[in-house]
Amino acid sequence: MTIRRRTVLKGMLASTAMVAAPAVLRAQGAPFKIGLLTVKTGPLAQGGIQMEQGIQTLLKEKGSTLAGRKVELIVADTGGNPAGAKTKAQELVERDSVNVILGPLAAFELLAITDYVREHTTPLISLAAAEDVTQRHANPWVVRPSATSGQCSHAMGDYAAKDMGLKRMATISEDFAFGHEQVAAFQRTFEDAGGKVVRKLWPPLVTPDYTPFIAQIGDVDGVFTGFAGSNPVKFMRAYADLGLKGSIPLTGGWTAMDDALLKSLGDEAVGVVSAHFYSPTIDTPSNARFVEAMAKDYQVVPGGYSAGMYIAGQCVEGALEKAGDKAGDKEAFMEALRTVQLTDTPRGPVAFDEYGNIVGNVYIRKCERKDGALVNTIIKTYPDVSQFWTYDPAEFLKNPVYSRDFPPAKNLE
Amino acid sequence: MLFWLLLAVNSITMGGLLFLLSAGFSLIFGLMRIPNLMHGSFFMLGAYLGATFLARGMNFWAAALLSAAAMVVIGGLIERFLLRRLAGQDLAQVLLTLGLSFVVADLCLMVWTGDPIQPPTPPGLAGAFRAFGMFFPIFRLAIVAIAVVVAVALWLMIERTRLGAMIRAGVDDPAIARVMGIKVSQLFTLIFCLGAGLAAFAGVIGAPYLSIYPGLDADMLPLALIIVILGGAGSLAGALLGSFIIGFLYNFGQALFPDLAYVILFLPMLLILVLRPQGLFGRVG
Amino acid sequence: MPPGAVRALCLGAALAVLAALPWWMANPYYVNIASQILFWAVFALALNVLVGYAGLTSLGHAGLFGMAGYTAGLMLAAGAGHAAAIVAALLATLATTAIFALLALRATGIGFLMITLALGQILWGIAYRWASLTNGDNGVKLADRPAPLGLHLSSPDAFYLATFAVFLLCLASMRLFVRSPFGASVRGTRDQPRRMRTLGYNVWLVRFLAFLFSGFWTGVAGLLFVYYNQFISPQVVALQTSAEVLLMVISGGVGTLFGPVAGAAIVVVMKNVASAYVERWNMVLGIIFVLIIVFMPEGLVPGAARLVRRGYRGLRAGSGPAAAEAAASPGTAGR
Repeated sequence: MTIRRRTVLKGMLASTAMVAAPAVLRAQGAPFKIGLLTVKTGPLAQGGIQMEQGIQTLLKEKGSTLAGRKVELIVADTGGNPAGAKTKAQELVERDSVNVILGPLAAFELLAITDYVREHTTPLISLAAAEDVTQRHANPWVVRPSATSGQCSHAMGDYAAKDMGLKRMATISEDFAFGHEQVAAFQRTFEDAGGKVVRKLWPPLVTPDYTPFIAQIGDVDGVFTGFAGSNPVKFMRAYADLGLKGSIPLTGGWTAMDDALLKSLGDEAVGVVSAHFYSPTIDTPSNARFVEAMAKDYQVVPGGYSAGMYIAGQCVEGALEKAGDKAGDKEAFMEALRTVQLTDTPRGPVAFDEYGNIVGNVYIRKCERKDGALVNTIIKTYPDVSQFWTYDPAEFLKNPVYSRDFPPAKNLE
Repeated sequence: MLFWLLLAVNSITMGGLLFLLSAGFSLIFGLMRIPNLMHGSFFMLGAYLGATFLARGMNFWAAALLSAAAMVVIGGLIERFLLRRLAGQDLAQVLLTLGLSFVVADLCLMVWTGDPIQPPTPPGLAGAFRAFGMFFPIFRLAIVAIAVVVAVALWLMIERTRLGAMIRAGVDDPAIARVMGIKVSQLFTLIFCLGAGLAAFAGVIGAPYLSIYPGLDADMLPLALIIVILGGAGSLAGALLGSFIIGFLYNFGQALFPDLAYVILFLPMLLILVLRPQGLFGRVG
Repeated sequence: MPPGAVRALCLGAALAVLAALPWWMANPYYVNIASQILFWAVFALALNVLVGYAGLTSLGHAGLFGMAGYTAGLMLAAGAGHAAAIVAALLATLATTAIFALLALRATGIGFLMITLALGQILWGIAYRWASLTNGDNGVKLADRPAPLGLHLSSPDAFYLATFAVFLLCLASMRLFVRSPFGASVRGTRDQPRRMRTLGYNVWLVRFLAFLFSGFWTGVAGLLFVYYNQFISPQVVALQTSAEVLLMVISGGVGTLFGPVAGAAIVVVMKNVASAYVERWNMVLGIIFVLIIVFMPEGLVPGAARLVRRGYRGLRAGSGPAAAEAAASPGTAGR
């Protein structure tokens, strides 16, 4: 499954050659090194393992050659915590001298290493969402072909108000940056379209039982959830057990109804509407190949984590094509990376905005049971959504970053 | 009003599950004086095993019992071949049980991957019934019933059987018990197996409600610790009361004081430790 | 040469090699790993004061460690200077330690372990849930490392040297502590509390002071940690950290000077270096702990010393009582 690494000894030898590496790369066409910063142990391992499957699938499809260049993948396990992310980023940059880093998974990991990759001028293709890394503190060394936290939930808020006709909603999400930002974005577009968010609930990341929170949802006509990891599974079961499923429709961000989670869910998920940057049912040639390979090699339906890394790999390929001989030079590679435009990816056409964040489709999906299995059927496509939604970027950036308190919730009851 | 009622009912159901988890821990800790830091691992491994049996089409209750039986065997092996050598050495026991919990956690990740598993609620207990304008999930109420049955059974065993009398004697004074011809070491193995089995049983019973995921072990262990300290090590009545106290503190704390929810959870334990170190019902200090 | 001199020479040489590490270790990655080993070693040494010498097993030291890190991080975020932040962090840690000690020293043995665990969890609960104060799961970021004596610690080498200096200070203070009358009285309260009381010692006070000493170095380690990572989040305060550092102490050898250092090295290397080669490194780490307990229950350093001594005695068998006695004298190098 994993490309096996060199022995310890070789690793140490290679490290001494680090300074000379770029020159060697250009001269001999040495492998282009991709470091994957993922989580393979601990509570976040589920998404991390999918990330590795995604990039492995692309490399297998391409015979480990991108744009005519041999590629070597080095996988590092952060353990899902910020200190681990920092150490592993150091390992990839300083010991393995990778040309580009893919990952990490979680926003708090990205926040812990964003300054580090800037100081060490190493290109990073992020899956993690932390908004400001491509906004107010835009990092020139980061591009993000997945989505900011708010990118999908902007669309969800719009859809909930305009198409579902919901008026009063409660939100519930984990009490950390990714949750805060998703909910803030949802609230902004939902209230701009005339809705009211009347209650915001913040359970901690580790919550054995959601009942005390669900009990506070109260009298609303819809709920938005931003849960991630394995929490959506727990939440939706409790939501159904407490009898709310029938009466109050549930909507969610991309992690809350990721397709890779569907196999862990049951009837409680039927009818849930979610916004996602990816869906296995999207009809593009590369997505067909990707879904088939994932089914064949790993017996899974892919979701955002694996698709995100497959797309990140395609971005590396695009940048390698653009940069040509100069790809070994980090500056040149980064410049090429930021201007990559792809027409055929599993999520449809993509390009980066000037801050390095993706502009791409966001899909509204409804969960249904088809032939016994749960499927997220696309019911609406918002084309070419940027991280700023329809707002003017300059105006958008004048506001503080999305948080628990911004935009202020004026309609709380 | 409804809100309070729902929280109260949920506190009780959570207490029931916590009792199943902590009863075994209390026996091991109270009777053998072993800080079994892999109790959460027994819970998680048991839950995973049960989920696998369920996926093979086994009946829910059969899966729970079979998983418990498997963990009895595993617990017995650990006690016989590893813990036995470390009698009386707290530090070594801490290192060993923590080390094994690392192994179990990684093993579960390897075998069951990181995907969360939430087994379906057993047929007949699915759904909720409506009363006073609110929903009560039937399965959760069933957990309370199971906890009560287990509590009574354990109590009868300890207080009313010859085996229970031997256990009590072995705890109060192992040396004298040995002189009287009681095989204390076999008793300890038995208790450890029982504790492991109970934890696994609780894991399967709790799975449709908590779901099974990597890290479940670490979520459960501190709860078991607090309960046993509150109630007093080795006391079943204490574990029962402690479980319900924690059930209430957890539910009301999260709802009323989310910022200090965890402080509220651990503060009573601290007070008990400082004011009444043997716990509410503890016999041994 | 007398064995003591040999030992001192070896130790001196080892320290010189360590001090020169940035010059012979070309790759900054490994320099950083070495820094991590050193500050975890300081933490483990601090815990060892209680676990090893006072016989009090704490599972709440991550709370003290985090208290130092968070205080410094929040002070800096509020605009304070490094000196102020460091002093405040150490004072806050000492104050917290005093509270820990007041509550926990009502018990010994497992009771002590449980009280410290509860206290540690309360601090974790604050770091984790009191988001308006601690920024919750998002953690606190540090913009910069300090520049003591004009030497800016931003480079891996500079940071390593500073950490090494602190580590040496810590080691020296531990040795002083062990040899001092105070150290002897702490060991006395571990082995013979009743006799110590009869001799007129205030056992409680001796333990309290040992706790403060341990807390101080824990705070120092916490500061090194937060400056190294320039980031702190609630995971640092979690039970897992307390358990990990306790494992370092126990696996290396409780109540020895170099045991905790060896334990820190094993855990850091496994977590950071070996994890790149062994996918199931958590399992390997767990198995290592189990093996240590089974084969070297006294810990790695005393255990290895025992094996060496046994080999030594085998070689020297019959070469006179003096040699045998020298070889058999308990591993004072480690004590």
